[in-house]
Parts: sequence; structure tokens; C-alpha cells
Amino acid sequence: MNAKLKETILNPIFKGNPITVLVLGICSSLAVTVTLKGALVMALSVIVVCGISSLILSLLRNTIPGRVRIIVQLVVVAMMVILVDQILKSFEATYAIDKQLSVYIGLIITNCIVMGRIEAFALGNKPWPSFLDGVANGAGYGLILIIVAFFRELLGSGTLFGFDILNRFGYVPNNLVILPPFALILLGCIVWVQRSIQKDLQEK
Amino acid sequence: MEYLSLFVKSIFVDNMIFAYFLGMCSFLAVSKNVKTAAGLGVAVIAVLLITLPVNYLLNTYVLAPDALVKGVDLSFLSFIVFIAVIAAIVQIVEMLVEKFSPELYSALGIFLPLIAVNCAILGGSLFMQQKDFLNIGEATVYALGSGLGWFLAIVSLAAIREKMSYSNVPAALKGLGITFITVGLMGIAFMTFMGIAL
Repeated sequence: MNAKLKETILNPIFKGNPITVLVLGICSSLAVTVTLKGALVMALSVIVVCGISSLILSLLRNTIPGRVRIIVQLVVVAMMVILVDQILKSFEATYAIDKQLSVYIGLIITNCIVMGRIEAFALGNKPWPSFLDGVANGAGYGLILIIVAFFRELLGSGTLFGFDILNRFGYVPNNLVILPPFALILLGCIVWVQRSIQKDLQEK
Repeated sequence: MEYLSLFVKSIFVDNMIFAYFLGMCSFLAVSKNVKTAAGLGVAVIAVLLITLPVNYLLNTYVLAPDALVKGVDLSFLSFIVFIAVIAAIVQIVEMLVEKFSPELYSALGIFLPLIAVNCAILGGSLFMQQKDFLNIGEATVYALGSGLGWFLAIVSLAAIREKMSYSNVPAALKGLGITFITVGLMGIAFMTFMGIAL
């Protein structure tokens, strides 16, 4: 693997993370971070949608007229999201996936990460790097989602993946952590930590 | 009375931003000063007010099971239909604004077309589908309420950020970080409304 391809994969995960640096795709992400399981399902869905729609649009990039490209992108992304949603629905009963998640899966269509990466990368690059770029951005997004969900489930319910961790030591779950605003405060702290390490990201 | 209850509930209790985090991207990006924030807020209200009833009609008379042809369930198409309706209406609103108020058009700039991918708009339609409204009146009231809630949220955040530019924030927290935390604290304040029923 050459250096440029490696950069394509590694950059979105930390240095150019879609959530904490580019501020894309916060909309649909925070409500699913109450439990680790929800976050994991959402992260995987975004990785799949982002990777494959980048691949498809990169293959089509020379045949799409510039004026109608937004509509074409929306159609391809919406198609991928419908596929993911239908697959998840078939597993809903077996794995007890939260029904509320369905609304947020639908919202992947308007998730700025997917559209943003297609606009910025897939339309100007060959299929294979575009696919990797999509997957890596999905992974960078998923990473933040999982960090937030880890703290929220651990502190809010005292469990991880539904298994008792803190409760057995007499921990009283903190309900504030489950409430939506806490996810934002946590995200603020993640940004704080990241920018303390990477000083060049700080705003003046 | 039911309409009033739904209206108040959709503004304060089910606030798009503080309860569901919808429309966060433009919410964070356009909240640097009150004037443009108010402009975007009005545009969001207008687009929600048009798209939600249209999507409600489509959902009830075309997409619902047995609605169009007996025994046919088209509800799996709802994502693509909703987003197509929203994209088309945003395009029309954009042309109208450009024609009748060029001033507002240039102030909103790129954010007007971006309303098409604003999660608050698509989210409104998806929640509408989940909530099973009885008639188009309820859907319209819900649209107006959630639009107003979004407007209220972005204008107040913009006001706070304008004030905050004079305060001494740790360097690594400046900008994005402190904004996240501010929104979180505002969300906690909004939780006071939880459980209110009229």
C-alpha cells in the first residue's frame, strides 16, 4: 500500500475526524449514543452507506452532468440507506434493535458526512481510493460515536453492552448522563482533549 | 385545545435541537451572529411548513399500505419520496427568495440550498410518519411548532455566542468545544419543559 492511500485511510480517523474537526454529521449521531449497541449499529450502517455510495458515485463520476449531481447523489445515497434499513428491519426481532433507531438510520441520507465526502472526494478520484475514503470517514465517525456511547452507557446505566459493570459495586446510575444534552457536553470535552494535543486545530 | 397542546409540545418539549439534535450542522455553523441565524431560522420554518403537509398527504394517500392499490405496501419507498419532495421544494423556495428578496438571498448564501440536507426537515417528515397524525391540520401545526422551536434555538445560541466572544475561554476549548458545551447546558435548561401537558 502506498503512502497516499495510507494517508487517505488514517487522516479521517484522527487528524481530520469528520465530527470533531469538520463538524459534519452531528445531527443524526448523538441520539443513538445512549447504549453501546445502538452506537455500534449506527456506526456500521454509516460505514457501509458511506463506503458503497462513494464507490458507486466514483464509478459514475464521468457520466453525471454537473448540474444535476446533487439529485443523483441523493438518489444513490437514499437507495443505500433503504437497503441498510430493510436489512436492519429483518434483524430487529432477533437482536432487539431499538425501533427509534429506524428514524436515525433514515437520517443517514441527510448526514453531511456522506454527501460531503462524495462532493469533496469521490467525484474527483478513482473508485478504490474513494471507497477507502468513504469507509475511513465512516470509521472516524463511528469511533467518536463509540467513545461517547461508552461513557454514557457506563455512567448512565452502569452497564456495557447490557452487562453489569459498575452496578455490582454499588454504583447509582446517573440519569443526567442518559439525557441528550450530556452527549453534547461530552463531545465538547472530546474536542477539548483533541485540540489540546493538536494545537494547530485551535481557533483564535 | 389539542392543537394548542401539540403546538406547545413541538416547540418546547420535543424541540428539534435540544431533544433530538436535528439540524445540528447548520445550527453550529450559522449561529455566529443573530441576524443570519434569524434568516436561516425563518427559511427552515417556511420549508418545514410546506414539506411536512405535502409529505403527510403523500404518506397517507400513496405510501401507506392499501392506500394506492389494494394489497400494495409502498412504505419502503418513503425515504426516497420524502427527500425528493424536500429537494424540489427547497429549489422552489430558493428561486422565490432570489426573485422577491435578493437581500435575504445573498445573506443566506450557501445555506439555503443546504436546507435540503438539513436533518431537521427530513427528521420532521420521519417523525410525522411515526406519530400517526389524524389529519393534515395536526401535521401542519406540528411543522409550525418544530420550525419555531428550531428558530428559537438558533437565535438564542447566536445571541449567547455573540456575548461569549468577549469572555476568556481556554484556547483548546475556543470555538467548537465551548459551543458544544453551551448547547448542552441550554438543552438542560430546556428540560424544564419536559412533562408539561396542556
